[in-house]
Amino acid sequence: MSINVLALLSAMLTIATPLVWAGIGELIVEKTGVLNLGIEGTMYLGAFIGFLVALRSGSPWLGLIAAIGGGVVAGLLMGLLTVTLGLNQHVSGLGVTLLLIAACEFAFRLLYTGARPTLEDKFQVLLPDVPVLDQHWLTYVAFLVLAPAAWWVLRATGMGYRLQAVGENFEAADVAGISVTATRYVALMVGGALMAIGGAFLTLAVLGNFTLDIINGRGWVCIALVIFAKWRVWPVVLGALIFAGTDALQLQLAITKTFSDIPRELMLALPYLAVIAALAVWGRKVHYPASYLQAYRRG
Amino acid sequence: MRLVRRGHEPAWLPVAAVAVAVLVTVALSAIPIRLAGANPRAAFERYLLVPLSSTLGLYEVMLTATPLLFTGIAVAIAFRAGYWNIGAEGQFLMGAVGTTAVALNAPDLPSWAALPLGFVAGGLGGLAWAWLPAWLKRRGAIDEVVTTLLLNPVALLVVQGLLNGPWRNSETGFTDSDRFGAGYDLPPLISGSRVHWGFGVAVVIVVITWFVFTKTAVGMQIRASGQAPDAAKFSGIPVARLRFRSALVSGAVAGAGGASQVMGVQHQLTQGISNNYGYTGIIVATLAALSPVGVVLVAVLLADIAVGAENVSLVLQVPTQLGAIFAALLLLTVLSAMELRHYRLARSGRRRHGATPVSAEEAS
Repeated sequence: MSINVLALLSAMLTIATPLVWAGIGELIVEKTGVLNLGIEGTMYLGAFIGFLVALRSGSPWLGLIAAIGGGVVAGLLMGLLTVTLGLNQHVSGLGVTLLLIAACEFAFRLLYTGARPTLEDKFQVLLPDVPVLDQHWLTYVAFLVLAPAAWWVLRATGMGYRLQAVGENFEAADVAGISVTATRYVALMVGGALMAIGGAFLTLAVLGNFTLDIINGRGWVCIALVIFAKWRVWPVVLGALIFAGTDALQLQLAITKTFSDIPRELMLALPYLAVIAALAVWGRKVHYPASYLQAYRRG
Repeated sequence: MRLVRRGHEPAWLPVAAVAVAVLVTVALSAIPIRLAGANPRAAFERYLLVPLSSTLGLYEVMLTATPLLFTGIAVAIAFRAGYWNIGAEGQFLMGAVGTTAVALNAPDLPSWAALPLGFVAGGLGGLAWAWLPAWLKRRGAIDEVVTTLLLNPVALLVVQGLLNGPWRNSETGFTDSDRFGAGYDLPPLISGSRVHWGFGVAVVIVVITWFVFTKTAVGMQIRASGQAPDAAKFSGIPVARLRFRSALVSGAVAGAGGASQVMGVQHQLTQGISNNYGYTGIIVATLAALSPVGVVLVAVLLADIAVGAENVSLVLQVPTQLGAIFAALLLLTVLSAMELRHYRLARSGRRRHGATPVSAEEAS
């Protein structure tokens, strides 16, 4: 059997990229105690708006900016529901996901009934002749800028301190003069933007077109990764790489026909099963942000 | 102006809140209808009235409502007990898998044996899928929101894996299972229509649930476990055990929904067997305020819109997704309105935001 290791690593980095963007987005939101189940819909929105604007304007850059805008709006909507109104987080998040996916599908069906349009100008890989490093700039930014920056912000800055204070004890944070509302809104908007970039990466860089199953549960993978990582940045990145690695390996094996009878679905189910297994093993020791799933009411 | 919590709430307020939410939903849904170039008034007539104004349309609404009745009541049973089962989607799929396993291995059973067996297998499939998160919750106090949610994509992968592998259609080679034996066809509930006995089974389950919730001691205990778990525990109600059992029953009911859908509509397992029915069940149960009667009303309303959406897409070229947009918008607006009803507008006072740390202590 021959596995092309370089092609494998290259595919791994590409597959991991949207998970790193959206996973870190979800991590930032969950740090403040909000579980954003709108992630699947927000990634979908980013993929769709990015594609639509890039197609109309001819510029993937404008598409990316529009996707970011869409992600911020999705975050604002989650904030309105779960922070301002204090509604049940998981029901609101699922509602947002269902709404955004239905709205994007509606628009896609309306605009493109027959032929499937493809972007004429999408993002191209940097260093196309170098193995493994033949990646999109969004991949480079995800691993070399976003992840270190998120790690540093959460660990060493006032903003990171405020996020965690709100997530761990919002009453104490409030008494200490940190606005729970503002902190959660900021996290939701920044997180929404990152999720949307993750989705837009698929249309603007990888595929160059939009399909109705484009996100296909990647948002739920990110929910799993964040818990598996126990709300830490580098384990999220590592988890994304492991997941992407198994997927890339599976694709390679399917090509080489050696192990093609290992069902690909089993590999794809691994991140979910790994998280459930980890939760079962860690048990009560899993330290969720203390204000997880709770709305803040000031009497 | 600012919002102040009401001291007194008049009895008509919840009704008014829902009415406002419905109006807002209709107004917001009019935007995509306009974008599609259709007249919102004409479109809404078709969404709401046309399906209900002919016998054939009524049958289609009953057919479309059937899976939503199963998943809606399943979610309501779990939520009532304070168990946040987000996994009805996966349980529905595994119910369909359970039924298919029986149907493919015993294809020639006569219907008196095949149909009950199919439902039992479906119920067990859903129950098995609900068991792990429920057990983890009971044994390890592990949050069920995440575990039930994450098992949904896994269930879909199980379906896809089976259809790509052992259950691939032996005649066409497509990723659908073989067609079930004739014994597994749920007979029509109303002759000459597509409405099948799955609807009848769903209604029976809803009635039983209603009876248990309102007329029995267990129902009262389940309600207490959901609404005031600490008080319930204090008065000797076994909250954890009730939640565990409610979770299993919820999974079994969702699984029976999967059985109903494969035996009543598709007659084979397909990847698209659950058209988001599990997630829509959460919308149904929430909008129904977890009441069994409400589940029937909301399931029929959403089915009405879905059937209308099919019709509108043919006649006025508005994509069918408007049905899903409407359902999601209704969920979010009703939840928002029911929360906002606790507040009234008041003229803004001088008190600055953030000047009352006392209230934070009260909240703790």
